Amino acid sequence: MSMKLSTRQVDGVTIVDCSGRITLGEGSVMMRDTVRDLLAKGNKKIVLNLGEVNYIDSSGIGELVSAFTTTKNQGGELKLLHLTKKVHDLLQITKLYTVFDVKEDETAAVKGFK
Amino acid sequence: MEQTVSYTLDSTLETVDHAEEKATRIATELGFPEDEVMQISMAVREGAVNAVLHGNAYAPDKKVTLAFERTPEDLVITIRDQGKGIDLSCIPNPLAPENLLKTSGRGIFLMRSFMDVVEIRPSKTGTEIKLIKHVRGTPAAGKEGSQ
Repeated sequence: MSMKLSTRQVDGVTIVDCSGRITLGEGSVMMRDTVRDLLAKGNKKIVLNLGEVNYIDSSGIGELVSAFTTTKNQGGELKLLHLTKKVHDLLQITKLYTVFDVKEDETAAVKGFK
Repeated sequence: MEQTVSYTLDSTLETVDHAEEKATRIATELGFPEDEVMQISMAVREGAVNAVLHGNAYAPDKKVTLAFERTPEDLVITIRDQGKGIDLSCIPNPLAPENLLKTSGRGIFLMRSFMDVVEIRPSKTGTEIKLIKHVRGTPAAGKEGSQ
C-alpha cells in the first residue's frame, strides 16, 4: 500500500492524516513536500497522525526527523500522533522517541501547542 | 524454498521493494514468527537500499545480487553490490547525541538491531552484506553476535 496524506484544520492546528508506508521514494517525498508546503503557507502548528502508517524504513525515519527540524527551524512546532507499535518500536530503538513530542490523543495534541 | 535461491537485480528503487517482498515471503514460508518476519524484511530492505543507492549509485550497468540460504540453524541472506566498497570507518553512530537529528545513517544500525549476525565485507569491487537470523529453537538461537 502506497502512502496517502490528507490535511485538515482543527483550532488553528494542521492535522496531517498519514496512511500506508513512509519509505524511500514516493512516501518520503510526499511527506517532505506536504510539510514544506504547509510551512510555506504559514501553517506552523503541525500534527502528523501516523495511526494508519503500517510501515516505515530508515528513509521514512529520516523524513520524520527532517519534518521535525524544518518546522522547528521555521519557528513552528510538530507533534506525532497515534504511533503504531511498529513505528513506536522503531523510534524507541533509534532513541528518537524522546526527541519527538508524541501524543496519544488528538485533542491533547491540539491543545498542547503554545 | 530450496536450500539456496539467488536473484540478480537492477539498481533501481523497484529492486528495494522486490527484495523486501522476497524476504517477507521466504521468511514466512520458513515459519518465522510475524515479528521476526518484519525484522528480516526490514533488514533486507535496508541492505538493498545500501546496495542500490550507496553501492551502485543507481548505475544501470551495475547489479545487486540477493541470495537466501536456509541452513539447519539459520536463514542466511547475502546482498552484494558492484560499487566502490563502503568505508566502514565512516559510518557514524546514529545514537550519538550529535547524530540523533541527522536525516540518514540508520540503515546499518537497523540491520544490526534486527538480525542476529551482520557481517559487512567491503572490497574495491563492491560490498557484501551477510544477514543471519537464527531459526528459533536451534542451538545457535541462544548465541548472539554481530560484526
